[in-house]
Amino acid sequence: MENQISEKSTRVREEKKDVTILFAGDSGDGIQLTGSQFSNTSALFGNDISTFPNYPAEIRAPQGTIAGVSGFQLNFGSVEIYTPGDLCDVLVVMNAAALKANLDKLKIGGTLIANTAGFDKKNLKLAGYVDMRNPLENDFHGKYRLIEIDVTKLTREALKDSDLGTKEKDRSKNMFVLGFLYWMYNRELAPTEGFLKEKFAKRPDLVESNMAVLKAGYHYGDTSEVFTSRYEVKPAPMPTGKYRNAMGNQALAIGLIAAAQKAGLSLFYGSYPITPASDILHELARHKNFDVRSFQAEDEIAAVTSAIGASFAGNLGVTASSGPGIALKGEALGLACILELPLVVINVQRGGPSTGLPTKTEQADLFQAMYGRNGEAPIPILAPASPKDCFEMAFQATKIAVEHMTPVMLLSDGYIANGAEPWMYPSASDLGEIAPKYAAKAEDEVFLPYKRDAKGVRPWAKPGMKGFEHRIGGLEKADLTGDVSYDPDNHQKMVKIRAEKISNLAHVFPAQEIDQGEMGAQLCILTWGSTYGAVKTAVKEMLETGYSVAHIHVKYLYPFPKNLETLLKSFDQVLVPELNNGQLVRIIRSEFLIDAKPLNKIKGMPFTSIEVKEEALKFINS
Amino acid sequence: MSEVESPQYTAKDFSSDQDVRWCPGCGDYSILKQVQSVMPEIGVEKEDIVFISGIGCSSRFPYYMNTYGMHSIHGRAPAIASGLKVANPDLSVWVITGDGDALSIGGNHLIHLLRRNFDLNILLFNNEIYGLTKGQYSPTSPEGKVTKSTPMGSIDHPFNPLSLASGADGTFIARAMDRDPKHLRDILRDANSHKGTSLVEIYQNCNVFNDGAFGQFTDKDTREDTTVFVEHGKPMIFGKGGSKGLILENATPRVVDLTTGEYTVENLWVHDKYNRFKADVLMRCFEVPEENGLPRPFGVFFETERPCYEDMLHEQIDYAIERKGKGDLDALLAGTNTWEIK
Ligand code: SF4
Repeated sequence: MENQISEKSTRVREEKKDVTILFAGDSGDGIQLTGSQFSNTSALFGNDISTFPNYPAEIRAPQGTIAGVSGFQLNFGSVEIYTPGDLCDVLVVMNAAALKANLDKLKIGGTLIANTAGFDKKNLKLAGYVDMRNPLENDFHGKYRLIEIDVTKLTREALKDSDLGTKEKDRSKNMFVLGFLYWMYNRELAPTEGFLKEKFAKRPDLVESNMAVLKAGYHYGDTSEVFTSRYEVKPAPMPTGKYRNAMGNQALAIGLIAAAQKAGLSLFYGSYPITPASDILHELARHKNFDVRSFQAEDEIAAVTSAIGASFAGNLGVTASSGPGIALKGEALGLACILELPLVVINVQRGGPSTGLPTKTEQADLFQAMYGRNGEAPIPILAPASPKDCFEMAFQATKIAVEHMTPVMLLSDGYIANGAEPWMYPSASDLGEIAPKYAAKAEDEVFLPYKRDAKGVRPWAKPGMKGFEHRIGGLEKADLTGDVSYDPDNHQKMVKIRAEKISNLAHVFPAQEIDQGEMGAQLCILTWGSTYGAVKTAVKEMLETGYSVAHIHVKYLYPFPKNLETLLKSFDQVLVPELNNGQLVRIIRSEFLIDAKPLNKIKGMPFTSIEVKEEALKFINS
Repeated sequence: MSEVESPQYTAKDFSSDQDVRWCPGCGDYSILKQVQSVMPEIGVEKEDIVFISGIGCSSRFPYYMNTYGMHSIHGRAPAIASGLKVANPDLSVWVITGDGDALSIGGNHLIHLLRRNFDLNILLFNNEIYGLTKGQYSPTSPEGKVTKSTPMGSIDHPFNPLSLASGADGTFIARAMDRDPKHLRDILRDANSHKGTSLVEIYQNCNVFNDGAFGQFTDKDTREDTTVFVEHGKPMIFGKGGSKGLILENATPRVVDLTTGEYTVENLWVHDKYNRFKADVLMRCFEVPEENGLPRPFGVFFETERPCYEDMLHEQIDYAIERKGKGDLDALLAGTNTWEIK
């Protein structure tokens, strides 16, 4: 992984292919900002990158306690990166609680950077070190490379001439850590300087103080004797093109706007605040100049029903939530099904059931998406694989909703939503077209709101269109006219028609591809959603070692792409890792009669590639 | 705005081809008829009118109107109508709902619609019972009401729908009844002309499960003494031959006799629909008339102007476009920080 290169100073310079850093501290320590700044700077430098913020559920959990620890993990490299990394090479802890909560994530031989000011008696007690023994004093000898820095003191010193109060001075101690890491990894300070100037446009004194501390951290690395190595992580050989950083929720919001524009529709977004979906609302609300109508509704039900009302009127109705909110929207989704109106429904999944683990990730709402409505109410289900993929899948979800007059469920999750990675963004002209199917008829012709085209799609007639006045509703409707009908044969016919319209999408969806490996391998690892990266990494390593393994990642979960069954049946074994108690695996088993095996992790945390590999090897060796 | 030619419709143009399926004698028939006959007068093209309902007997209403319409799910019509108005503020939108739909399962949406003041009309058919589910008590049924679900009498305290609407800062609050078609038509016209959310509570007789619930206000023998029809700027006179009036004493209404000479019309409370405080007092005239002698008021209780949600939302969009320019998709895709790999 690493080899020494020429050294100019007394320092050793090591080149590394990829590095994982975990910043951890109190939720008030500015950890998320430190992490995202390091990520952006590294992305601009040309590294491939993947990030994973992990924050507490309570906004201001008691300071210094384990419950209040906020983390930001990032993996960057000169090679392609698919996950935020399993174990970390560098663990930065601002206090004792951050150490206690995260030490098991540090590799043996890894570097531990600790803010000694966060290890006084009070902090040790809050962190639950009952005997008050400072773990930094002797525990790590030989196991980790320990760098102790009194960040608080050094920050104050750097600002000794500043007029700021101590509290305000202390707030910039994250900049010291950031500066130190910039030195360690040879990064430029300019991107962060630009960020600070924008953030504190009205407070030049804060720009100055933060920059002073950032530089102090950088110089501390240079002048202190603590460290013997600096590292070099060269730019990754990524495909040529224009890049930006994309967070999942942000990419999803942009995908919705792009799709609405391509469809020539105004975007109506009805939503009720909920973690971890709220950022979509925040992002959309910023882009009103794209004719985005964001509506913060009184509850989840109003969020979805207002979107249905907007779709009826000819807008693109979109709503988003997380599992508990989706549960509340269930009845309205059934209405959208029977009305056959376009509607995009986003579920940014989190740990459940009930309120569950609001800030932790999980994939346990697939059954809810699949079956969570009364009556026969199938809807297409799509799932993005990574933060940047949220753009593409939001675009595709909208296209299906509009062109097939149906609600579509898009299953993201907390891990993807808050994670970030470089995104080779498309230009507007590269995006596909979306063509709404508006009603048309000869003037004297009677309008039939449920007369379908060859694909089973009914026409969209919006209020204001003369001669198309019609009534729709939640009662079963007669074929063609849409009039209320209680006729038994008609009901069966309509249920079948609606189901077929959706199942026929299997022919519209792109054919399933094998992500890595070959058909007929000994083992196929089948994934959906955010488990993509960890499994991709695991399978890549296994293939390099010569194992007969393949990876299939499904983004279209209902209906499945038409060739999926053939592909899956070619393998000796199928393993389905999921962050739930076994959902896709059961659907695969019942749908295809394949003896697929589950691998479940239900800890609110993503898989590591090691976990996947360990389990996979059991199948191959046996 | 230039003179726009009003469409020439008759009531018949608004009747759809669907058979009306309410029980014979149901008060809904009268309301449907009055709405259909007022529609040609409001000067809106048929294709620009939308009726949205929830669930309940009254919620079948949109099927019978030859306009755009949606019979949605229980309680959600106000939220659907909100989205509709945001999507197209030019539509004339009518929410049809009942006491269970609007005040029980959809109570939350109703109050939020009122405070946001979307420009639309809510017709709340109040029959003080659940008709469609065959006779359970509703959130407007009086205490003690014996129904299938309350064999020993209801112990629920009922809502005063108008005071509730006032509490949610409704900008147009009125009451009418199915049995007085002319007055109902007047109120519907007023509701339509009001810019903002107009709430019209309509007493509607469910002759199958709650016959005569409003009998004392509609029966020939009693109605003159039990009702007062208020009009802006007019004194509140009621009773046989105009024999009684209402005065306001220390913010409390009191019935006075106009035949003894002690009080004249000049002494009476003159209705001012723009006075929020007095309107609230009027809405509080809600107790059973026999118990305190106060008549039940009908008419427009309160009206005020307040900006409508959809207008402000579109103003923000216009302002954003004015300030930042019409959204440039390529700029959005690129964001503010990009780099190129060559
Ligand atoms: S049950 Fe009552 S409200 Fe319903 S249609 Fe019959 S009479 Fe009318």
